[in-house]
Amino acid sequence: MARLARLELADDELDMFTGQLAAVLDHAADVEALDLGDVPPTSHPYPLKNVLRPDVVSATVDTAEVLGAAPKVEDGRFRVPAIVGEAP
Amino acid sequence: MSEWETVIGLEVHAELATETKMFSGAPNKFGSEPNTNVDPVSLGLPGSLPVLNEKAVELAIRLGIALNCDIRPSVFSRKNYFYPDMPKDYQVSQYDEPINIDGFLELPDGTRIGIERAHLEEDTGKSTHVGGDGRITGAQYSLVDYNRAGVPLLEIVSRPDLRSAADARAYVAELRAILVAAEVSDGKMEEGSLRVDANVSVRRSPDDPFGTRCEIKNLNSLRSLGRAIEYEANRQIDLLEAGESVRQETRHWDENDGRTHTMRVKEEADDYRYFPEPDLVPLDPDREWIEQIRAAMPVLPAERRTRLAAAAGVELPHDGVTLVVERGQDEQALAAVNAGGDPARVLVHIEQNLAGDGGADLAPGRLAALVALETGGTLTPTQAKEVLAEMLTSDAAPEEIAAAKGFEAMDTGDLTALVDGIIDGHPDEWAQLAEAHAADDQKKLKKLSGFFTGQVMRQSQGKANGKLVADRIQERLQT
Amino acid sequence: MSSYLSARELAAGVRAGEWSAASSLEEYLGAIDESDGEVHAFNVVTADDARATAAAIDEAVAAGRDPGPLAGVPVALKDNLCTHGVATTCSSLILEGWVPPYDATVVSRLREAGALIVGKTNLDEFAMAGSTENSAFGPTRNPHDTTRVPGGSSGGSAASVAAGFTPLALGSDTGGSIRQPAALCGVVGMKPTYGRVSRYGLVAFASSLDQIGPFARTVDDAALLFEVIAGRDPLDATSIPEPVPAVSEQLDRGVEGLRVGVVGELMGEGIAPDVAARVHEASEALRAAGAKVEDASVPASIFGLSAYYLIAPAEASSNLARFDGVRYGLRVDAPNTNDMMVATRTQGFGAEVKRRIMLGTYALSAGYYDAYYGKAQKVRTLIIRDFAAAYDRFDVLLSPTSPTTAFPLGDKTADPMAMYMNDVCTIPSNLSGDPAISVPYGTGDDGLPVGVQVLAPALGEEVMFRVAATLEASVS
Repeated sequence: MARLARLELADDELDMFTGQLAAVLDHAADVEALDLGDVPPTSHPYPLKNVLRPDVVSATVDTAEVLGAAPKVEDGRFRVPAIVGEAP
Repeated sequence: MSEWETVIGLEVHAELATETKMFSGAPNKFGSEPNTNVDPVSLGLPGSLPVLNEKAVELAIRLGIALNCDIRPSVFSRKNYFYPDMPKDYQVSQYDEPINIDGFLELPDGTRIGIERAHLEEDTGKSTHVGGDGRITGAQYSLVDYNRAGVPLLEIVSRPDLRSAADARAYVAELRAILVAAEVSDGKMEEGSLRVDANVSVRRSPDDPFGTRCEIKNLNSLRSLGRAIEYEANRQIDLLEAGESVRQETRHWDENDGRTHTMRVKEEADDYRYFPEPDLVPLDPDREWIEQIRAAMPVLPAERRTRLAAAAGVELPHDGVTLVVERGQDEQALAAVNAGGDPARVLVHIEQNLAGDGGADLAPGRLAALVALETGGTLTPTQAKEVLAEMLTSDAAPEEIAAAKGFEAMDTGDLTALVDGIIDGHPDEWAQLAEAHAADDQKKLKKLSGFFTGQVMRQSQGKANGKLVADRIQERLQT
Repeated sequence: MSSYLSARELAAGVRAGEWSAASSLEEYLGAIDESDGEVHAFNVVTADDARATAAAIDEAVAAGRDPGPLAGVPVALKDNLCTHGVATTCSSLILEGWVPPYDATVVSRLREAGALIVGKTNLDEFAMAGSTENSAFGPTRNPHDTTRVPGGSSGGSAASVAAGFTPLALGSDTGGSIRQPAALCGVVGMKPTYGRVSRYGLVAFASSLDQIGPFARTVDDAALLFEVIAGRDPLDATSIPEPVPAVSEQLDRGVEGLRVGVVGELMGEGIAPDVAARVHEASEALRAAGAKVEDASVPASIFGLSAYYLIAPAEASSNLARFDGVRYGLRVDAPNTNDMMVATRTQGFGAEVKRRIMLGTYALSAGYYDAYYGKAQKVRTLIIRDFAAAYDRFDVLLSPTSPTTAFPLGDKTADPMAMYMNDVCTIPSNLSGDPAISVPYGTGDDGLPVGVQVLAPALGEEVMFRVAATLEASVS
């Protein structure tokens, strides 16, 4: 899980988290036990659909301002250390 | 050795021809200075939110109609994975409820290829690798440009219905023609507007279950697509014939060495944790809108081919017709025919002589006038081609250009005398020809009349009209 | 002294030229200067910007122009709202040095309304937790008793209003992060209907639950601020198109004939007796004012906490992926990008954030989605149905806001489950998307403020504010 979330946990942290996560999931067990076969899921509390915007260009942000806030830049681009592996 | 069957399914990513990005008003433009076509949304800045581009939806519906898909209510999901060219470290994509499903595409030869889905998603940014040989492997570091991040894409997934590299090429060519005709995408493979991944597997017999497939990436042209599929199919066949097995993996096509190479093996860690994108609401285009879009659809390549073939009096499938339609010059051809040009000659000229720069801009009326000179005997095909080339850079009438070049039809009397002279100079050949004529030996007839026509052409330095030459030969044979 | 004026009175005086925005601002800045060292409501005070704005407003008034309904009113912003040119930290190390190149929609609306933005307030890192102790910059203290927490996660905003640093503040509420600190600090705090207020520029915690809302000393001021920030925003696809009612104009209409239900499930186990007693008194006050008060039931609300602690971390695990050291904020160097991302996130996020990211990653992972996230989304449907059934019988519902009054600093930091229980009364309306408001209603046995929560159906802000105003009037 930690690897998937790009986090590294020390052993004591891992122990603590495992216990705490277990407690939360234990509490979630009452949800797990519910029979909800016919109940549809809700992802949005307020039902809207087809919210669209016109295809019209709007303001961009200032490139210098954005690059100025970046940890490392080169040639107008964001610089990162070597990338391991192609994108999936 | 047994006959192997190659099974191919294609995933084509097409960048949509919108003014702005999928989820924000930043420009969707190729070739700008790095990180200039960006706003909070395309950079994934904290607090930014996506709002769906209406035009992108319209283009998705257009493609759905063109590919005979079922156009459905759809939902965007987040595909979660960390990668530096992805500003939010998740990609917004339609996952289990795509907008278009279950369609088909008909190749020019009539074969139907199933379309599993054509869904909307956002593009990623672009990395440049520094150090090493410029490839990701061995690079010292990379530079990321987010101009492309958030550009709207349609991912068009075919069913594994393709059976050869040639079919795969025909499929992509036809899909590109449809995308361009429907103005969904500019279809430029060289600018990355159209990107193809191929899933390739092989099996000994069409009755066998599908073999283990490999996904091939980095196919930047129709040529690489064809070569990569052929290479990959042979690689798999070699493995299987050697008693080894094919490993399911993603492979990278290397244009330079003409091989595919292992890129990544499917890992258990590939857990994208898809869930419905909470920042967007469901999309459920109403029927009225879809019908409006359908009514405004431009004529698609298949129908245009039928129309052109009918006008030109040729049978489908016809390479010239396919090519002219693919290049979008069928309207030009039809107009030239309407203006009185001989259909077959119009088609030949557009296919062969108007393929280059400016060819598509030649006014149909002028093309018709040129063809009239040709069919009327004033110009030979070779001369017509030369005049046509000059018409692209000059406004002068074809007659004037022909005159300036000294292209004049031979006097009929001179031509008759020339033909007769050649016949008389080759009595043996003529006797054979007459014999073939009497025996109705078409093959021999054709060969020998070709000999006489060739002689006439050589001696007239190409000025003789082939049709008149043939007429005179006929006349002599009758007497 | 303007710090005793309501925001509405203050703005009215500025607009009428009775006093200057510049001079009243100095009184507030003085209060901050004097006491924020102890309270630590603010991560940053933008005094110079506020002074410049105040001067511009005074000029506008002198020139006969109207600077807007919040003319000259100092407002504090929770530090997870993007402000162009002013650092936005979410009280996290991972956003170190980041200055947004854009304003949140609510910030633009405040500027257009003539408000003075005086600073960014402390919060639990990325708005996760309920005590404002989980901040990379140290805890905020409760102005009523500085040994106690102000609640959270919008503890800095609640404390700013409670301490008289600003008449108004904005917070964000994902599971009670406005209402709970409002209750603990003795101020009014309100979560609008989901989608009423644009989330554009709010650094997301859990997108389907987050709402921005007002803090104020009075219900009327909360209504005023709500009216300024609410309304459809084309930059937020989830913002709702319905027009915003003029809630302020309806505050005096009283509660005669309204049907009020006291939610049984939120009055039982875990609710401190003194808190429950204040809720009963509140219901009696409404009855006395002419409302019909009865017991109500929202059965599925007991599953709210469980569903919330699956949905919110799941969405958070995805929302917080972008903090990867590539484009902004902290970067911890490493030889390759993957290791750099891991090192950056490991060093940049605090324990509570990591805990929730882990929990959310787990809840969304392939083998567990259906059992956890999928199921929680279904529970959400049940809660919405049960609320709908309750609103067939009642116009509004009543409950405690927080099970207890403000607890001592450090009391619950070691036990996440105990901390999570704080939100038991507030979470259901985040899951249902309905509006809710916390109104101060007397004190507990310890002399600390108690808040009563008024819940209303979606888009029911008008009746909710009316009931809140009646409650407020009945306290004193």
